[in-house]
Amino acid sequence: MELKNLFLRDKKVALDIASDIKKIAGKIEEEIKIMHVCGTHEHTVTYYGLRSLLPENVKVIAGPGCPVCVVPAREIDEAIKLAMEGIKVYTYGDMYRVPGSRRSLADAKTEGGKVQVVYSVGDAVKLAKAEKKEVVFFSVGFETTAPIPAAYIRNRNIPENMTFLVSHRLTVPALKYVLDDPEIPLNGVIAPGHVSAIMGASSWSFVAKEYGIPVVVAGFEPIDFLMAVDIILRQIYRGEAKIINEYTRVVKWKGNVKAKKLMHEVFEEVDGEWRGIGILPRSVFTLTEEYKVYDAREKYDIRVEDVMDFPPQCRCADVILGKATPIDCPMFLKACTPSRPYGPCMVSSEGTCSIWAKYGGYDVIRRKDE
Amino acid sequence: MEGDSRSFRRHYIIGEIMVSRIKLAHGGGGRETSEIIENMIKPRFKLRKIFGGVGLEELDDGASIPITEKLYGRHLVVTSDSYTVYPIFFPGGDIGKLAACGSINDLAVMGAKPIAILDTIVVEEGFPIKDFTRILDSFKQVLEKENIALLGGDFKVMPSGKLDGIVISTMGIGIADKIVTDRGLKVGDKILINGGIGEHGAAIMAAQAGLDVESSGLKSDVQPLTRVMQVALENGNVHAAKDLTRGGLASALNEFAAKNNVSIYIYEDKVPIKEEVLAYSEMLGVDPLVLACEGRVIIATPPEDAEKIVDAWRSMGFEQAEIIGEVTLERPGYVLFETLAGGIRIIEKPTGEIVPRIC
Repeated sequence: MELKNLFLRDKKVALDIASDIKKIAGKIEEEIKIMHVCGTHEHTVTYYGLRSLLPENVKVIAGPGCPVCVVPAREIDEAIKLAMEGIKVYTYGDMYRVPGSRRSLADAKTEGGKVQVVYSVGDAVKLAKAEKKEVVFFSVGFETTAPIPAAYIRNRNIPENMTFLVSHRLTVPALKYVLDDPEIPLNGVIAPGHVSAIMGASSWSFVAKEYGIPVVVAGFEPIDFLMAVDIILRQIYRGEAKIINEYTRVVKWKGNVKAKKLMHEVFEEVDGEWRGIGILPRSVFTLTEEYKVYDAREKYDIRVEDVMDFPPQCRCADVILGKATPIDCPMFLKACTPSRPYGPCMVSSEGTCSIWAKYGGYDVIRRKDE
Repeated sequence: MEGDSRSFRRHYIIGEIMVSRIKLAHGGGGRETSEIIENMIKPRFKLRKIFGGVGLEELDDGASIPITEKLYGRHLVVTSDSYTVYPIFFPGGDIGKLAACGSINDLAVMGAKPIAILDTIVVEEGFPIKDFTRILDSFKQVLEKENIALLGGDFKVMPSGKLDGIVISTMGIGIADKIVTDRGLKVGDKILINGGIGEHGAAIMAAQAGLDVESSGLKSDVQPLTRVMQVALENGNVHAAKDLTRGGLASALNEFAAKNNVSIYIYEDKVPIKEEVLAYSEMLGVDPLVLACEGRVIIATPPEDAEKIVDAWRSMGFEQAEIIGEVTLERPGYVLFETLAGGIRIIEKPTGEIVPRIC
């Protein structure tokens, strides 16, 4: 194992930080709610049992951090409609089983729809060149996954038979929505490392400046996360609200300037729908006028009707917003399991319900030595 | 390709018929079937009967094991399993080796000494004879090394496209003085493992994803566990044993906990795992705890025997053998996991299909 990982997964270091967290949390006394907005962070927290190391008054909440969970059913229905009409849809594996209004792309495939799972947009372009028939790439993800399709589109390195069903969403507007919601009072935010690598740590400074809440950009090892919690608590204790970059080994203040420029050449920010949230201002990418020839929505008539974001009883919407945890849902691990998922949060490997189901996140077990 | 001089050399002579691929007629039960059995199967296996009973030699409707005084008061242990692994040849082994080891290991963890095997082989029409020979050879090598007889079996062919290559089913027979079950756990017992987890699962998964695994050193751990179990039994009390197959360590531990209504506490920093397994499972997004093994066993022993057994395993070449946890009453039915970060969580029973056609 690499040296950095040895350190970042060292029990003694982790327990030292945890005991520091306890000390400060004890001095603060009131309940502290810290939200992260990244599925990979939830994985780290649950896989390593980090909640069991935190004192009772420090709560870590998962926010809107699963990119495929927030794609509205309408857009999945659009992809399904294309696939059923004989236009081959290339999708990431994570999106494949996520249900739209009634079914997923995987269901569509068993019903004769044309769907193929790909690992990258590069693979899709390669396959499209060989395919000759009409194909569509379902381009999904947060800011992290947008620059590569942007590069292909800007270079016009795309065969004539290929267009994009663009479904990228931006994390900053989603976090703003959560911060504006009085139902979700937050005391600290842990910003996503991957997104920040592109967008820069600076993109989160509004949390501290406009909302007066401490914010830390964190990496994905357990010690990264514990450090971030510790830094937030120290700020709260001192009455400060700053942006701190814990993940300096990857994230720069301004991010990846080239990638950002590229994205903004090809895509523009428009108001858009989020599953479980509704319309958020300037939160979705769409292709700019110059590149509209690559837009599947321009090329085909893919209006869909009877859209339903969540099946009855599913509390995915509240889970995405951090208003509920999976155990607040009556279906969690009963009618809805990883092998028979009901809502999107149980399907994606970044969905909170799926992570809790796989790694026992529903139960916080304290250490015996406490 | 037929008739091309290079491929000609790759043809194999079975009786009078020269073929390079299995034909439907080879499964017809007539002359062609006899040719496969007489020329390819029988000569490969030296041990063909047990205690002077009827065996492969006679090609009768069944085999027999005479019940002699040797067996009085002991257990005849039987097990059956089928193998559909894909790819058929994988880093560290193939379906033949897997089919032999799988049944041997089920017997070994019951505390038995494997003595005989029966096999059923179903092949797809058009399957290359060259590959079939390779598979038979690996099957044979394991049996020969373990001194296990092939008592009999069955050979059938399915039409092209109706079966993906080859499926093998084996039935194993062993003898035990005392049965080891998976229900003998006692509170305070230590849980031991004989080596790194997830090597078979990671190798198959990487091979299925089309990744180059050979250069990384990643290979399946498929191997017989007979000696491993023997050494454990010679060096201490074995309260329970279970070989890790589908669902890996997570599944085996959960079965222990559920069947015995105890809690098992596992330390992540003690669970042995090779770097390449960790690298591939992180890359492919699968928890190594649920990755399959084909040469690993977990046993429960009283604390005073634990070190001795682990030392014995290490000195026979299982350097990564380790005490990974203990049996408690903290939360009966659950497996608790103290992670590398010191946090505690439940190890869930694996659900869904983790890796298809793993064994």
